[in-house]
Amino acid sequence: MAFMGDTMNPAPLWHNGPTPGAFYNFPGNSSTYGPGSHPASDFKAHSASPITTTTTVIGLKFDKGVVIAADTLGSYGSLARFRDCPRVMKVNDLILLGNGGDYADFQYLKDIIEQKIIDEKCIGDGLQLKPRSLHCWLTRVLYNKRSKMDPLWSNYVVAGIQDGEPFLGAVDKLGTAYEDAAIATGLGAYMATPLLREAVDKGGLDEQGAKALVQKCLEVLYYRDARAFQRYQLGVVTADGVTVEDLAEITPRWELAHMIHMK
Amino acid sequence: MSSIGTGYDLSASQFSPDGRVFQVEYAAKAVENSGTVIGLRGKDGVVFGVEKLVTSKLYEPGANKRIFHVDEHVGMAVSGLISDARQIVETARSEASNYRSQYGIQVPLKYLNERVSMYMHAYTLYSAVRPYGCSVVMGTWTDYEGPQMYMLDPSGVSFSYFGCAVGKAKQAAKTEIEKLKLADMSVKDLVKEAARIIYLVHDELKDKQFELELSWVSEATKGKHELVPREVASEAENLAKQALADIEDSDEGEM
Amino acid sequence: MLNVSGNFPEYAVPGAKQVRFEPYADNGGSVVAIAGDDYAVIGADTRLSTGFSIYTREQKKLFKLSERTVLGATGCWCDTLTLTRLLQARMQMYEHDHNKSMSTPAVAQMLSTMLYYKRFFPYYVSNVLAGLDADGKGCVYSYDPIGHCERSNYRAGGSAGAQLQPLLDNQIGLKNMQNVTEVPLPREKALALLKDVFISAAERDIYTGDCIYILIITANGIQEEKFELRKD
Repeated sequence: MAFMGDTMNPAPLWHNGPTPGAFYNFPGNSSTYGPGSHPASDFKAHSASPITTTTTVIGLKFDKGVVIAADTLGSYGSLARFRDCPRVMKVNDLILLGNGGDYADFQYLKDIIEQKIIDEKCIGDGLQLKPRSLHCWLTRVLYNKRSKMDPLWSNYVVAGIQDGEPFLGAVDKLGTAYEDAAIATGLGAYMATPLLREAVDKGGLDEQGAKALVQKCLEVLYYRDARAFQRYQLGVVTADGVTVEDLAEITPRWELAHMIHMK
Repeated sequence: MSSIGTGYDLSASQFSPDGRVFQVEYAAKAVENSGTVIGLRGKDGVVFGVEKLVTSKLYEPGANKRIFHVDEHVGMAVSGLISDARQIVETARSEASNYRSQYGIQVPLKYLNERVSMYMHAYTLYSAVRPYGCSVVMGTWTDYEGPQMYMLDPSGVSFSYFGCAVGKAKQAAKTEIEKLKLADMSVKDLVKEAARIIYLVHDELKDKQFELELSWVSEATKGKHELVPREVASEAENLAKQALADIEDSDEGEM
Repeated sequence: MLNVSGNFPEYAVPGAKQVRFEPYADNGGSVVAIAGDDYAVIGADTRLSTGFSIYTREQKKLFKLSERTVLGATGCWCDTLTLTRLLQARMQMYEHDHNKSMSTPAVAQMLSTMLYYKRFFPYYVSNVLAGLDADGKGCVYSYDPIGHCERSNYRAGGSAGAQLQPLLDNQIGLKNMQNVTEVPLPREKALALLKDVFISAAERDIYTGDCIYILIITANGIQEEKFELRKD
């Protein structure tokens, strides 16, 4: 009966054509190649460590909004390799996003987020992604990657305006998520958070004050964090919208250096 | 279309003896029953105008839109079966998104047009599928290539146009478009022309209600495809109604 | 865990230092729950930390699952977030299926099953579930990370769990005491005790502090209370 072929599993109706009810992918189409079409289990080795890394990202709430700042250095181990790695991004009119960690992972996720925003604009109903939703979405993406033991080596700081109120939240590479009035990742968690929390506890921060404080934190970090850099990017989100300012530079004051002696 | 029922029109995968694919021609018929869609390419951008027929008073205003965003820089106006057209829009969107993720830049319209045309053409080759019952017009504006516009047919054929029209009154609309000096006109003027033409070719006796949809992508919108802002659109619409009333007045005068 | 350099020294690569990815974190935090005849109280601190740094001082760790059930969860915070989100989804599905909210013992069993489902890649979470059972009596359920479940009347869990449990054993369970008679624990006393044990925990455990949120579950609903702890 071999001539009958497999009667239980008949051959498809035709080959190389579109499947009714499904999108047709032309042979050689980009979507049929690349890692996307393979399950993660096809790969034995997962990225176990970051390659090009960025350091601290700082977020601080003030009375009417949130400010985020980060320097632009991409380190290759201890080598200060890339000097122009912007990592504060405008997502839409409500959200500002900052990142620290593996720079390639950030660029990868940045493209996905940008496409999300385009998809949303294409729908054309005028609705916009809100910061709490992006924060939650990032939690899920990062948690799912960590659960596959193939993490995205990144810290994310989400700032924005949610229903008229300032929002500031962070997610780390495990998917650990929290909100706070002041957030600093990386070495900044040790060196900037005390300065930021002091100001938050005192209260009455306005935009000018918040910016000045964040700049002060970046300066302190530049003196002590070997992976920090002079040039930085600063973004502000208020009810009026999101602005990412042009690159600026810290004016360091090394006159004090002679007073510090290591014994 | 004289030889109906000769048995060669049941499948898109079979030619008739005189070399036609009837299924594709029937799909074109489906488009001809739909509201008129026009695309105008001026010197600084592209304008779409759609006569969206409203078949029931119970629909909300603005329901069943016929102008879509494919990507930030590409707009698509569709005529024909709306459900078929929506699938084409989805295909175009995923093509545009794929291109962006691969090459990091917005998809060139020439390339997008090729991909969507190939997709539509694939549905004219097999017996188990039917061709798409819709025609679509895609347009964009970039600072290095200026305005571009393509119209795609159910057959998978597509051309680049200065001005195009599909749907019920495509002949009348084309006649009107041919009177325009498209290459010298700005989108600001074209919006008014588009509104005027749609109002002019609308057949009030056969189709009572319709909504005018207008969108543009131009230098002024920084290459982003946008619905024409409400004030501009209603101004164009009022001018169109005025123009129509003037014609009717002069017709009465002659009689 | 199989370790290359420990177990198979001949396969270890010299020089290159491999950073192994660690999917778990210890984010600290403590929960205490006490059940009485017609109430249950549950409290958790609000400090979220990692190592020697504090992420935030105001992270609530109590999750209202229904009008009579509350979960307190501490440990690996990313797992806590995932687990509680899944739990809330399951609670909602149950409600849609059965047209009533889940009883506390049912939630307790479901949580156990959900934890064991991840037996070989567990949620690293210390769970304490408090609420009223079908008879309106207070109940407390506690878990290990892979789903072992036990009902009791009082329980301390989380980073200071091991310090607090003996104290509760003594004060509520009346363990190691002579000439005492067991009397029902009034709600006010449970509440005062709960605050006291957290004050003690904040003294000794760096992962417990800042503030506690307390939820008091009675037949009339859930009441919330806030109590400040030391913030150093």
